[in-house]
Amino acid sequence: MAEKSLAGYRRANGQVGIRNHVVILPVDDLSNAVCEAVARTIPGTLALPHAYGRLQYGEDLELTFRTLAGTGANPNVAAVIVIGIEPNWTNRVVEQIASTGKPVAGFSIERFGDLKTLAAASRVAQQFLQDASALQREPIERNELIISIKCGESDTTTGLGSCPTVAQAVDRHVQSGGTVIFGETSELTGGEHLIAGRCANDDVRARFQALYDHYIEEIISSGANLLGSQPTQGNIRGGLSTIEEKALGNIAKTGTVPIVGALKPAVAPEQRGLNFMDSSSAAAEFITLMGAAGAALHLFPTGQGNIIGNPIVPVIKITANPLTARTMSEHIDLDVSGLLWREYNLQEAGARIMAVIDRAINGRLTCAEALGHREFVFTKLYRSA
Amino acid sequence: MSQSDESVRAPETAPGFLIHNEGDHVAVAVQDNEPGALRAVYMDSDRELRVQASEAIPLGHKLALVDLAEGEQVIEYGVPIGLTRQAIKAGQLIHTHNIRSARWQKSL
Repeated sequence: MAEKSLAGYRRANGQVGIRNHVVILPVDDLSNAVCEAVARTIPGTLALPHAYGRLQYGEDLELTFRTLAGTGANPNVAAVIVIGIEPNWTNRVVEQIASTGKPVAGFSIERFGDLKTLAAASRVAQQFLQDASALQREPIERNELIISIKCGESDTTTGLGSCPTVAQAVDRHVQSGGTVIFGETSELTGGEHLIAGRCANDDVRARFQALYDHYIEEIISSGANLLGSQPTQGNIRGGLSTIEEKALGNIAKTGTVPIVGALKPAVAPEQRGLNFMDSSSAAAEFITLMGAAGAALHLFPTGQGNIIGNPIVPVIKITANPLTARTMSEHIDLDVSGLLWREYNLQEAGARIMAVIDRAINGRLTCAEALGHREFVFTKLYRSA
Repeated sequence: MSQSDESVRAPETAPGFLIHNEGDHVAVAVQDNEPGALRAVYMDSDRELRVQASEAIPLGHKLALVDLAEGEQVIEYGVPIGLTRQAIKAGQLIHTHNIRSARWQKSL
């Protein structure tokens, strides 16, 4: 059933979110324990433990900062407690989040210890949570949202049904003035010329090609046999034979609109429309980057049944594989296997996905949210010092 | 959990295969197909044809629509998806055992 109107949370900087989390964000792995303790002390807040943040440097460190600050800045987040082992990097993350105008407070553990930090941070977390609970949903337009797309555990049904269904949503969202981000750099191999051909101008095309070439060079220079990794064992089990075949199914979800931006990882789009982001095809890393770039909602076509979620970005799963729809129904928000059997056409599938999107916007939990899938994984560019 | 029921029952009206584009070398099974004569439909033109599967082609797996020589390009979505490792006859299953990536040369 179609929603009559859409409502979301309008943040101080004008961005629109569809969830209202109070996040307890560790700057580094050492601070996970106290962040989780704060979230237990003030139930309703959300700790986001992760594995990194120490002795990183250069571009790899910059990406971690972008991921931390972007996650805090995401419009699905109402307020943020940042906790790090020492004050310098903690304050750097706090200041970047503060520039959005949302409530944020930083705490560092050295010279206090976990227990005093827990007490001080919990006191502010309680205040943030009560204040966030008083925020009201307001009327919004769907085109105010950034939507990200990525498929996973793909098989041939992905290219036949679930990705073309997502393409319907991409075209409709972009044509109405919205923004979509796709990526999965290595997984364009065999169809990268199709993406290059859709870039809106030579500048975007050159940036896309440079990002693509660099990523592929890194993979190829490993000298590894990639069969079983990309495509994955699940892809192969589902009938995909080569990276090229997987890529063409993947690209089928990007619709027909021009590509207006080619972004480095975890960088927010500057242009409305369809943006490419240089990114891993590993689901948890990918959606974490999308959240950091401001995505409020993620569309995830799956074939064999990837079960990914994200702590702050609702993930909608779409499958056209009738076996997956039946055996893993608790993970599937939209079953379009009828496309394979020609029971309805792509326009009808497009109408169905828009209805699922609008219900998620208005607050209905997705399968991944209800099941507690909160995968939060940083992309690491190289070894820490 | 090999005990899970992996059968898929398609409606009577469902085709055995879909083909992305006119000119493709492969058809994709949209149900578990036994060997024999089966219906396939092109997604771009809606044209229908009968194909002869010489072996079982399970849901999601591919059938060769034409004879292919060893080392020949395989076309799906109207684009090359790899190279044959050996000669393939129309009606046979196409997968990693008889085709490989043309791009990632070490992915064998």
